[in-house]
Amino acid sequence: MSTPKVRVATIWLDGCSGCHMSLLDMDERLIELADKIDVVYTPLMDVKQFPKDVDVTLVEGAVNSHEDYERILEVRKNTKILVSLGDCAISANVPSMRNPFGVEVTLKRAYVENVTLNPQIPSKEVPPLMPLARPVHAVVKVDLFVQGCPPSADTIHFVIAELLEGRTPDLSERTRFGA
Amino acid sequence: MSPTVRVKTLTIDGQAVGAREDQTIMQVARENNIFVPALCAIEGLTPVGACRLCIVEVKGVNKLLPACATRIEEGMEVTTNSERVANYRRTILEMLFSEGNHICSVCVSNGHCELQTLAKKLGMTHVRVPYRSTMRRVDASHERFIADPNRCILCTRCVRVCDEIEGAHTWDVMGRGINSRIITDLSQPWGDSDSCTSCGKCVNVCPTGALFEKGKAVSEMSKRQEFLPYLTLMREGKK
Ligand code: SF4
Ligand code: FES
Repeated sequence: MSTPKVRVATIWLDGCSGCHMSLLDMDERLIELADKIDVVYTPLMDVKQFPKDVDVTLVEGAVNSHEDYERILEVRKNTKILVSLGDCAISANVPSMRNPFGVEVTLKRAYVENVTLNPQIPSKEVPPLMPLARPVHAVVKVDLFVQGCPPSADTIHFVIAELLEGRTPDLSERTRFGA
Repeated sequence: MSPTVRVKTLTIDGQAVGAREDQTIMQVARENNIFVPALCAIEGLTPVGACRLCIVEVKGVNKLLPACATRIEEGMEVTTNSERVANYRRTILEMLFSEGNHICSVCVSNGHCELQTLAKKLGMTHVRVPYRSTMRRVDASHERFIADPNRCILCTRCVRVCDEIEGAHTWDVMGRGINSRIITDLSQPWGDSDSCTSCGKCVNVCPTGALFEKGKAVSEMSKRQEFLPYLTLMREGKK
């Protein structure tokens, strides 16, 4: 029997999807990886429930809404190695630029002041914001930080390859905030 | 070297070095290709010891000393790269990042910033303290330059270059502690300043994107600092 595949998930909190685009930019290397990993959950697939016993989860985005908050708790509970992927997950980055203004002013700006057609602050569908957009590690324990906005496909490939080898990737020469 | 200047010997990271008695630990380290990080110190301006990134261990001294503002002494044993020093430096960086709004991805200085570069070099993977998310007013009143104090690390390079080299003393620091901030003239808009000569020296020595030229987009603001040592030499009449 072949060795069981490593169970990998990716989730997308408050980010622009750029980190996931970078992931897809691995191109044909994704096919190679498919021999070794099982992608068990990702916004790129139609799976509703975050599964149990995930080996590695890559998190894109900041914890900004109450929904983000609930989801990251669930993810942490079911993940062995949690990776903050990209600047939004690590520092709250662009989503945090609303922090100095507060929730009310931010919503008013987005849904009332800059809107001509039926301006109103949404009360359903759009998950309510928390007081601050926060880095993932401010909410749950994070095991690895991969900087970049977004991290390059090469960086992400390196991270996954090293983790598959059971090593902690050394990213000091590979990426940085804003890369 | 004038005959009155004496030479002293010391060790830095175990390496025996000789230097003029009036030199700082940082100057001697750099002459010997030993890396000491710095954010406030810059060649050509008086050291102030503001950022503390350059702290080193000196045998027999309990405190960590700023290499930029500490004169060498005979027989000194300096360590620039211990685990203790590295931990403090990372913590200082994290506090600098959390104190202002340093959002590299949308900053004019992305890729050219001394704070960002040091964070990478010293292995700051994330910021453990909560971000303060401050709101400090951006001053875009000058016709050529913008000051965004959200990105200011209070290194006072702008204050010193304006005072010591340009001789205008447009910049200064106001307030205390966490409320400290840089101001132009008597906390008036930069564009209204009577003393500012618009020379741009402050913009070029600023290590971050706090001072930048109008019209620069993300990543476009690189700074030119080579001029400083030459101006200092000229001033001292050596060139
Ligand atoms: S504006 Fe720039 S040069 Fe002036 S104190 Fe702030 S960081 Fe330093
Ligand atoms: S470089 Fe020495 S304290 Fe800033």
